[in-house]
Amino acid sequence: MTAYVLRRLLLMLPVAFLVTVGVFLLIHLSPGDPALIILGEDRSPQAIAQIHQELGLDKPLYVQYVIWLGHIGHGDWGRSITTHQPVATAITERLPATFELGLTALLWSLLVAIPLGTIAAVRRGSVADQVATGITVAGVSIPNFFIGIVLIFLLSVSLRMFPFGGYVPFLQDPLESLRHVALPAIALGTAGAAINMRFTRSSMIEVLNHDYIRTARAKGASWRRVVFVHALKNALIPVVTIIGLQIGGIIEGAVVTETVFTWPGVGRLAVESIFNRDYTVVQGIVLLAAFSYMVANLLVDLAYAWLDPRISYA
Amino acid sequence: MSNAPAIVAAQEPIRRTPVALLELMRGHRRVMASFVLVALLFLVAILSPVISPHDPLGVSPDNSYLPPLTPGHVLGTDELGRDLLSRILWGSRVSLPVAFVAVAVGLFGGGLIGLVSGYAGGIADLLLMRLVDALLAFPGLILAIAVVAALGPGLRNAMIAIGIVAVPVYARLVRAVVLQLKQMEFIVATRSLGATPLRLVLRHLIPNLLNPIIVQVSLSAGFAILAEATLSFLGLGAQLPTPDWGQMINSGASFLNNDPWLAIVPGAAISITVYSFNLLGDSLRDALDPRLRS
Repeated sequence: MTAYVLRRLLLMLPVAFLVTVGVFLLIHLSPGDPALIILGEDRSPQAIAQIHQELGLDKPLYVQYVIWLGHIGHGDWGRSITTHQPVATAITERLPATFELGLTALLWSLLVAIPLGTIAAVRRGSVADQVATGITVAGVSIPNFFIGIVLIFLLSVSLRMFPFGGYVPFLQDPLESLRHVALPAIALGTAGAAINMRFTRSSMIEVLNHDYIRTARAKGASWRRVVFVHALKNALIPVVTIIGLQIGGIIEGAVVTETVFTWPGVGRLAVESIFNRDYTVVQGIVLLAAFSYMVANLLVDLAYAWLDPRISYA
Repeated sequence: MSNAPAIVAAQEPIRRTPVALLELMRGHRRVMASFVLVALLFLVAILSPVISPHDPLGVSPDNSYLPPLTPGHVLGTDELGRDLLSRILWGSRVSLPVAFVAVAVGLFGGGLIGLVSGYAGGIADLLLMRLVDALLAFPGLILAIAVVAALGPGLRNAMIAIGIVAVPVYARLVRAVVLQLKQMEFIVATRSLGATPLRLVLRHLIPNLLNPIIVQVSLSAGFAILAEATLSFLGLGAQLPTPDWGQMINSGASFLNNDPWLAIVPGAAISITVYSFNLLGDSLRDALDPRLRS
C-alpha cells in the first residue's frame, strides 16, 4: 500500500507542474496589460514601466514563472489588482461560506440519492425505477442556476418560506444559517443527487446479485435486513469515491449558485474578479480549484484501493 | 463530463452502417424517441427564420411585459417588448451551433491526442497523457471560465473554452478504445499482413471508434449546451442583444417578482434541449452496451 501511495504521489508531480504552468500562462498570455488596469487613466510610459518593474513583468516569462511559483510556495499569492488585499486572505475569508454551501448541498444530495437509488435497485424495472431513472437524466439536464431561480420564485418570492440571499455562519445561529443555506444548497446539490442516485442504483444492483446476498437470504435474513445491513454498505463503495470528487469540485459548483443567491463565497469572488479583470484573484481561485480537485482525486484513488481489496497496488 | 458510459459502448467492435443505426432505433424505443427529439430541435433551429412570428431583436416598448398566451405573443414579451417565442426559437440557433463547434473542437483535438497516444504508446503516450491529466485536473466549468477570463467574454471564446474542456474526455476515450482494439485479432492480423499504420488507423481503428464516439458526442453536446448557457448566464458567453437562452435567464431573473416567465421560459428551453441530448446519449449507451444487450 505504501508503495502504491508513493507511486501515486510521484505521478501527481508532473501533473501539478503542468497545472501551475497552465494557470500561469493562462493569465500572462491573455491580451491586455495588467499595468493599464492598475493605472486606469494615468497611463504615462514611465508609470507603465514602473508597474512592469514592480510586478516583474519586464523579466523573461520563465523567470516570471519561477518567481511566481516561489511566491505561491511561500503562501504569497499576490495582491488583488482592484482591492490591493492579499489574494490568499481574500480567498480564505470567503472559503467558510463556500464550504458551508458545498457540504450542505452534498448532504442534501445524499439524503435524496441513497434512499431513491436503493429503492430503484430493489424494484428494478418497476414504475418507481423508471421514474427514478427519468429523474436522474432530468437532474443533470436542468441548469443549477435555473433550479435556483425557480426555487427563489416559488419558495422565497411567492410563498416567503425562505429568505433570499444573505449568509449567516452556522456557528453564529445554526437555525437561521440553515434557513439561508437551504435554497442554494438544493439548487447546487440536485445534479449531484441525480449522479449519486444513479451510482447507488447500479452499484446496488451489482451487489444484490452476489452469492453472499443469496446466502444471507437462504439463512433466513429478512429482505430489509439483507438490503440495508448486508448490501448497502458494499454498494456505497463506488458512491464514496464519487462523493470525494464532488467535495473536490465544490468551488466549481459554487461559481454559479453563489452568483444567483448573492452568496459571499469564493465562486462569486471568481465571477466578480473576472469582470473587474482582477487576474491575480482569478489565478488564485483557479489554482485552488485545480489543486483541491487533484487532491480529491488522489484521496479517492487511495480510498478506493483501501476499501476494495480487488484493486491492485502493483 | 465522464467518458465511462461511452467506453462501455466500445466493448465489442461492430461497424455500424446507417442501416444498422436505423435497426438500432427500431429495436430501442428510447433511442428512437430521443433521436426524434434531437432531430426536432435541429429542425427548429434551421427553420426559425421562417417559423418565428416576430423579429427576435424587434423592440416594441408599447408591448413590454405581455404575459404568455397573449394573442400574437404565445409566450409573452420581455421588458423591451420583444417576442419571447421568437427569441427562444432564434436562441436555438446560438445554442446548437455552439454545441456543435465545441464538440468538434473536443473531438478533433482529443481524438487526435488519444489516437496517437494509444497507437504509438511509449514516451508519446506518457507525455500526452500527462498533458491530458493536467487538463483533467481542472474542474470543467472552472477551466472554461478561466479560458474565457483569459481570452475575454464572447460567444466565440466560450465555444473554444468548452471545446478545450472536452479535449481530455475524448483523448481518454479514444486512447482506451484504441488500446482495446490493438489487442484484437483482426488488428494483429491486419498488421501482420503488412498494412501501413495510416491504413490501419483509417480503415480499421477509426470505423470501430464510431460507436463510443457517437455516445460521447451526444452526452458532451448536452454538456456543451449547459456550459454555454452557464457562461452566458454569468455574462461571459453571448453578449446583448443576441437572443441567447442563458443570457435571457440572466436578464429575466431581475423581473422574477412580477414576470417570472421571462426567466422560466428560456430555462425550460435549455432543460428540454439538454435533456434530449442526454437521453439520446444514455439510450444509445444502453442500446450499444453488449452486457445490457444480452
